[in-house]
Amino acid sequence: MNALNTFLFVAFPYVAVIVFVFGVAYRYRRRGFTVSSLSSQFLEGKTLFWGTIPFHIGILVVFFGHLTAFLLPRATLAWNSIPVRLIVLEVTAFTFGLSVLVGLTALMVRRVTNPRIRAVTTKMDIAIELLLLAQVVLGCWIALGFRWGASWFAADLSPYLWSLVKLAPETGAVFALPWVIKAHIVGAFAILFMVPFSRLIHFVVAPLHYIVRPYQQVIWNWDRKSIRNPNTPWSKTRPNNS
Amino acid sequence: MDIRSQISMVFHLDKCIGCHTCSIACKNIWTDRKGAEYMWWNNVETKPGTGYPGKWENQDIYKGGWEVTDDGIQLKGAGKPKSLTNIFHNPHMPVIDDYYEPFTYKYLDLIESPAGDDQPTARPISMITGEPMDIKMGPNWDDDLSGSPDYARNDPNLEKLSPAEKEAMFQLERMAFFYLPRICNHCLNPACVASCPSGAIYKRGEDGIVLINQEVCRGWRMCVTACPYKKTYYNWSTGKSEKCILCYPRLEAGEAPACMHSCVGRIRYLGVLLYDADQIESVASAPETDVVNRQLDMILDPFDPDVIASAKSNGVADSTIDAAQKSPAYKFVKEWNLALPLHPEFRTLPMLFYVPPLLPVMASVTKVDNKEQSEKMHPVGKYWPDSWLYDTSTEELFGTIDEARFPLQYMANLFSAGDTAQVGDRLKKLMAVRLHRRQVTVGDVSEKMVKSALDDTGLTPQSADDIYYLTSLAHFNDRFVIPAAHREQAIEMMEFAGDVKGSTGFGFKTGTAKRGA
Repeated sequence: MNALNTFLFVAFPYVAVIVFVFGVAYRYRRRGFTVSSLSSQFLEGKTLFWGTIPFHIGILVVFFGHLTAFLLPRATLAWNSIPVRLIVLEVTAFTFGLSVLVGLTALMVRRVTNPRIRAVTTKMDIAIELLLLAQVVLGCWIALGFRWGASWFAADLSPYLWSLVKLAPETGAVFALPWVIKAHIVGAFAILFMVPFSRLIHFVVAPLHYIVRPYQQVIWNWDRKSIRNPNTPWSKTRPNNS
Repeated sequence: MDIRSQISMVFHLDKCIGCHTCSIACKNIWTDRKGAEYMWWNNVETKPGTGYPGKWENQDIYKGGWEVTDDGIQLKGAGKPKSLTNIFHNPHMPVIDDYYEPFTYKYLDLIESPAGDDQPTARPISMITGEPMDIKMGPNWDDDLSGSPDYARNDPNLEKLSPAEKEAMFQLERMAFFYLPRICNHCLNPACVASCPSGAIYKRGEDGIVLINQEVCRGWRMCVTACPYKKTYYNWSTGKSEKCILCYPRLEAGEAPACMHSCVGRIRYLGVLLYDADQIESVASAPETDVVNRQLDMILDPFDPDVIASAKSNGVADSTIDAAQKSPAYKFVKEWNLALPLHPEFRTLPMLFYVPPLLPVMASVTKVDNKEQSEKMHPVGKYWPDSWLYDTSTEELFGTIDEARFPLQYMANLFSAGDTAQVGDRLKKLMAVRLHRRQVTVGDVSEKMVKSALDDTGLTPQSADDIYYLTSLAHFNDRFVIPAAHREQAIEMMEFAGDVKGSTGFGFKTGTAKRGA
């Protein structure tokens, strides 16, 4: 049992992170063409709205909630020290968790019932959706059955995750957790593990650089001025585009 | 002044016979692939009609192009705030049914069906799902259907016409139509480039061709919304957007693009225009009816020594300047002022120009009391009132243009943001050339009349002959003046040429729908 725990909460997280980092880097550099999620809005756009919007909004809020508790455990605990704030936080988090669940269910129903969407569905898409579904069901279950996760995550799990970051795993608290929470933790690393092998990779290329980019883009195959300048020395490498 | 060169095109609509050879040439080379079956980078529409995708010109539906706001011009349906907030679901994204669901037929059933009482049939099956389907729409199903309730009467360009004008267009005896071939306009202010969150779309500096880098495209689909001409297409199988590449591999090799090369009516011209890139923003922001004239002003005279010097200092190759001087596009667009861009009010500054069609104008129906003529007619021909006759007289020089079968307003809505004067000018010139040539070849038009027609339109007998030559007699090398791409320099500068030898060149093969390893 201890060996299994050690594998799941020490070895597997490291494997998942390494696979994520190197897998994403490899796929981005060598298989750039596949780095996106295969949008199916073009084949069906109406029911997609009722799935994709609650799913994405929900998962963003839930993800950043987890991230905050991981990065800023003290601040989270301080915020939760007043019960009303804790309840507001928990209710908000649970609402968005349900939003993910509703959205994901709608997406899955759409994916299996619409023949056009079935035509662009791979086994990996189904596997990822099932993995996400299991993860969000576990998450909602934890929110209901193991109250005040906002606090005990910051108190127990944030130190565990930080110990992993510091390469000195402290697993005592994690080993003692109920299996539902354990499964949720393993699920999180499983999702990370699957990113380079699935459509999940699209979040890595979220186009935030669009905000700072000028609207129009002109690319020159070569530096138009230096190429016709007889003083430009011959070079094996391409001069910078102007 | 920032002088750049742009490969530009002119389509002479009077010569288009609507044969779709261009579309087929393009399809065979570029879009005969999974996920691209529905795409027609080049398509030919019947006007009046709804086009492809249906009613694409109606930006209240599709939200394409730019609009003027207090904050300068902004993309109508995309742009920085809108693209990012709509990234999970683009509310202005057309779906495949706006184009048509691609289909084929189960031909094998014709020969493999068991013997029975009935003839076997080849049922249509969807090329997306592979399931039998009912075909609701196909490529060019609006062909020649002027006057039809589904297509012609839903043409967005009819919006500003009076009910009387609309009815006049669709009276059976007066009905006319013309063809509008469309490819990507390779705009100077491309909305697709501006809308791309990934930065995958760009305008090539050397020749102005707008391209999508397939390796960088992440399929956010904002370009499909932003292009007001609906000339970027989403490939549902690869999850990437694709568009007309102006056959750049052919251009670089000195060959005309496939659609132009194959054009049966020889309506297409391709050549270089030099323009001042510094003016793009101010021209695109100009008042609606000024946009065309300002855009034409941006295009510079390639014979002007100042322009030549400035172009050279800006890195434009001598061969490109030479091509610009011989450019048929320059002649049609600037020298003769005969061509107009399609829907300049979208403010993308399209660089594909159209010579508006005169032909339906010529055969205007006038109300004359011509009893003698109608008595000669066969009784079947007396279906319509006797007083309606086609007026082919040239008594009134330009009367037929104002009394056109197509209201001028309709043409103006297509080519000059609703300004009838600009389209009228071009049509009068075409008419003057015709009168001149009739005088030369038939001689039944008085010299005085021709002279006044030419003077009215600012032409000379010489320029009228030049227009006639390039319109009717021009050879391949007159119609396509392709500047050298100087790939030799590009390759030398980019990489060691020895590495390139034996490599596959452009193009690659990668799995389609799969997003797994």
